[in-house]
Amino acid sequence: MLLEIENLDVHYGRIQALHGISLSVGEGEIVALIGANGAGKSTTMRAISGLRRPSTGRITFGGEDITKMRPDRRVVAGICQAPEGRGIFSGMTVQENLFMGAYTRKRGAQLNADLDHVYMLFPRLKERRRQPGGTLSGGEQQMLAIGRALMSRPKLLLLDEPSMGLAPMLIAQIFQIILEIRDQGTTILLVEQNAQQALSRADRAYVMETGSITREGTGADLLVDPAVRDAYLGVA
Amino acid sequence: MNYFSDRWHDLLPNLGDLVVAGLTQGAIYALIALGYTLVYGVLQLINFAHSEVFLVGTYASIIVWGWIGYAAGDGNPVPALGTVILLLGAGTIAASLVSGGTAVLIERVAYAPLRRKNAPRLIFLITAIGASVAISELVGELTNRRPWGVPLLVEPKTQFVIDPGMSINPAPVTNLQIGIVLSAIVMWFLLDTFLNRSRFGLGIRAVAQNEDTAALMGVNKDRVIMLTFLLGGLAAGVAATLYNLKIGTISFNIGFLLGLKAFTAAVLGGIGNLRGALVGGLVLGLVENLGAGFFGNKWIDVVAFVILVIVLMFRPTGILGDSLGRARA
Repeated sequence: MLLEIENLDVHYGRIQALHGISLSVGEGEIVALIGANGAGKSTTMRAISGLRRPSTGRITFGGEDITKMRPDRRVVAGICQAPEGRGIFSGMTVQENLFMGAYTRKRGAQLNADLDHVYMLFPRLKERRRQPGGTLSGGEQQMLAIGRALMSRPKLLLLDEPSMGLAPMLIAQIFQIILEIRDQGTTILLVEQNAQQALSRADRAYVMETGSITREGTGADLLVDPAVRDAYLGVA
Repeated sequence: MNYFSDRWHDLLPNLGDLVVAGLTQGAIYALIALGYTLVYGVLQLINFAHSEVFLVGTYASIIVWGWIGYAAGDGNPVPALGTVILLLGAGTIAASLVSGGTAVLIERVAYAPLRRKNAPRLIFLITAIGASVAISELVGELTNRRPWGVPLLVEPKTQFVIDPGMSINPAPVTNLQIGIVLSAIVMWFLLDTFLNRSRFGLGIRAVAQNEDTAALMGVNKDRVIMLTFLLGGLAAGVAATLYNLKIGTISFNIGFLLGLKAFTAAVLGGIGNLRGALVGGLVLGLVENLGAGFFGNKWIDVVAFVILVIVLMFRPTGILGDSLGRARA
């Protein structure tokens, strides 16, 4: 397994946000984490990236224990996140935002090739590369967030709510690109409230409720799971 | 009515001199203001100890000049140009290293531990004032609270005269005044270029805009913060050396008022904004000198702070507003 989380507890002050969650992501997989608002999905992502220290539990990445590793070292190790709300540096140009993704890497031919690759995936970003990131539309900002994360050449790409606030057509487009990224060899862990989309694209998925994982299975299985359908797919 | 027209008549002949003196003083404010604004831009912290970062720089360059053989009142003649360049270089490097080192030390000792514990912002402010008093008092102890003389290294020489005509007296501009203003502009330019063109500058701007996302991109926040303090310290060191050239004596308590003025300049220009620090410094120096010319010298500090209050009433974000992170937007 590329990423393995064992019995993770995370506290915000006295409030416990995660209750002993365990999950794993295998190389080349798309794994989805679905659940309602406040279920602990983003906290899980923050813990994987190192922005939140777990109080107990273990995170291993590529066999290495990274539980106590600094966030910037985790990027070097191969974990990069497109965070919830996209986290665009609004005062930087689109291109500067992309260079931020490559902050830990050496400048050079390889990096420029990766930049071209991102521009190929998202031609809109190329058109707007000199524009401040804050002037992009929601969909373009999401593309920028994903493109920026790709610039770090991650082994594991963490996507937190990539479909949030986007029109249905754009959502389909973003998920299409996510599949493409996976096909090019990047493993993906995806947090989504749009369970329908997430489950139909993911190889496997976990369902979170109030800080615990309550169900897991293949995307296809969970799509037809009555409890999941009832709670997350809006089908009675 | 008469009061104001009398004052105006006092002021008018000196207008040129006041502008030149004001811009020179303002350039020193600007250099110190850069440090306030950098740290504020990244941490939203007003580093009140920055005044002492400047203070230690003034002592550092005087000490180094003493080592080279130029101390105040030693009867040395004003050195020749080659020696002056050597002295200025050595003094600036020493002051910048000591100021930069002190700034980083303050961050490590006074702020970093608080940050790790997520202390409320107010605590940082109290610590900042504490660090400021501690350093100033330490320097006071080491110097027996006596002022130090500064050797005369550059004899002010008139380079050109601004003669606006009318009833304004011609204002001579000295080599020193030109040098001080140019240094401030060059220093601002170097910092601005560093922030906008280098990889580390990108990191600083990223932390200033969104520190969580910056961390997700692999920016080491602690290193960025140290670098920010260092840069502000380097600028303060340059300010300290220039200040020495302009002034005959220094003492352990000069940091306070200068620091306060420089902080005012930063706020006036728009704190968090480098260009704002430069503009704010020059405007503050200019306005307070004109105010002093108008109301009399003893009102100089009153004018400075009244101007601050008035500007902030109408433009709470300062003249240029904006923050470090958004400086280019």
